[in-house]
Amino acid sequence: MTIQDTQNTIVEEFELFGDWMERYEYIIELGKSLPLIDEQYKTDENLIRGCQSRVWLHASMQNDRVVFTADSDALITKGIIALLVRVLSNHKPDDIARAELWFIDRIGLKEHLSPTRSNGLLSMIKQMKMYGIALQASQF
Amino acid sequence: MAEVMDTDHRLSRNAEDLNRIRNMFPILSGTMNGKPLVFLDSAASSQKPFQVIEAMSHYYRFQHANIHRGIYQLSQQATEAFEQVRKKTAAWLNAGHAHEIIFTRGTTESINLVASSFGRKYFKTGDEILVSTLEHHSNIVPWQLIAEQTGAKLRVIPMLDNGEVDLDAYPRMLTGKVKMLALVHISNALGIIHPVKEMIAMAHSAGIPALIDGAQAAPHLQPDVRDLDADFYALSAHKMYGPTGVGVLYGKSHLLEAMPPYQGGGEMISQVSFEQTTFNELPFKFEAGTPDIAGVIGLGAAIDFLLEVGYENIAAHESDLLQYTTGQLLELDEVNIYGTSLQKASVISFDAKGTHPYDVGALLDKQGIAVRTGHHCTQPLMQHLGIPGTVRASFGIYNNREDADRMLEALKLALKMLR
Repeated sequence: MTIQDTQNTIVEEFELFGDWMERYEYIIELGKSLPLIDEQYKTDENLIRGCQSRVWLHASMQNDRVVFTADSDALITKGIIALLVRVLSNHKPDDIARAELWFIDRIGLKEHLSPTRSNGLLSMIKQMKMYGIALQASQF
Repeated sequence: MAEVMDTDHRLSRNAEDLNRIRNMFPILSGTMNGKPLVFLDSAASSQKPFQVIEAMSHYYRFQHANIHRGIYQLSQQATEAFEQVRKKTAAWLNAGHAHEIIFTRGTTESINLVASSFGRKYFKTGDEILVSTLEHHSNIVPWQLIAEQTGAKLRVIPMLDNGEVDLDAYPRMLTGKVKMLALVHISNALGIIHPVKEMIAMAHSAGIPALIDGAQAAPHLQPDVRDLDADFYALSAHKMYGPTGVGVLYGKSHLLEAMPPYQGGGEMISQVSFEQTTFNELPFKFEAGTPDIAGVIGLGAAIDFLLEVGYENIAAHESDLLQYTTGQLLELDEVNIYGTSLQKASVISFDAKGTHPYDVGALLDKQGIAVRTGHHCTQPLMQHLGIPGTVRASFGIYNNREDADRMLEALKLALKMLR
């Protein structure tokens, strides 16, 4: 599935939910399916800055695709990063670097896009894209 | 703090008054995420009563002109209004002189002013600045900056498990090397009230001056700088029902006189030439540039508000709310409260086992409850406690038991979703 397709699917899934409770219960549930980062990569260097909770992110190349793994000690954060990984993982570095992540607003998580100190969603996206750029460069 | 009184009796007598006060805050009839707003983050910034908003609006509509400069009536009246607030602030704080009141941008700037100006003149290599474990970053970092420049260093007064300062360890730290005691009056993270008067007296016996961070104190108790014998006292208008962007530094005359200027520019000068410039007298020496005049007017209205409501009433009401909410919280499963001292004001920091404060705060937000989560600008304290942060509910004069009940209901639901 392309990055666009995945985003569309996610938006459809969230359309089933009436209120914030159902949406957040689903996000918390999604966190359980996050491909977990290996313990050895749970280091300070791999922490995403700008999150109130601790979020670790790791990326590696498999064939010509970037594969992300992550973890967080907060459940909502874990769910959100699970969504990001679902959208961006297993794609070419180039596609990741250029991706526009419009689904976040569409599923009612717009406040998580606010550049406050307390949520690191913007930092997570930035870090994932930087991996895209870095891994793209390392291909040449 | 308050005398022992029958709680229900006191409450029903005041319920009308409390409602009247609450209605003075237009924002509280609003919603958040589609639910009626329950604002429990006054420690971050308080809401503003009509009279403060109107005073500032009125100033801009009818009174504004630059101050201390013009010869025309409008300017003179604006100057008069501004200087009246200075006198009012001095009276409110029981300062000896109005010129001991410096208007700044807030507590943070006030502390930076002292750290920079006093520190640059008096701190030498090997000197020490004492701070408590509970300090807000604004009463740590300015001292770190000047320490780096001067070769001085910070030393931390230990904290007991209940959040109180270790009064056994403290006296032993008051050596000849210490050049400043920088101490918070009421902790924003835990609500702990430090025995400031006692600690200042002990510091003075050792010849050490004291700067008190009164940001959280001013909305809950009336600071009496001469009773405390504080050498410097810093506070922010926006924590005490006033506007953002303005604060106060109180300093004893002889100390402020001896300190070099902090910021240069207009207003703080006497004579300027390219060869040499002389400086203005107090308080203007430390008020460079055009101040936040409307903000100062707003501060004046906030002081009026506090004195009209009455600090005894504030203390009684908030003490009741604190006790009530603490009791309810402790009935929940595995909820841990930080700062269990009885000397506490208006703040409850807690976490719930098996949950992250961020998750709890996010789910409370969805239910219209505004609390603060995270390290509350007290990272060293959180490191000491070994936790990433807490959920913090803080009370103002406009909060009531219904607010507390709604937060608790919302919290129960959040915990159910997270556990």
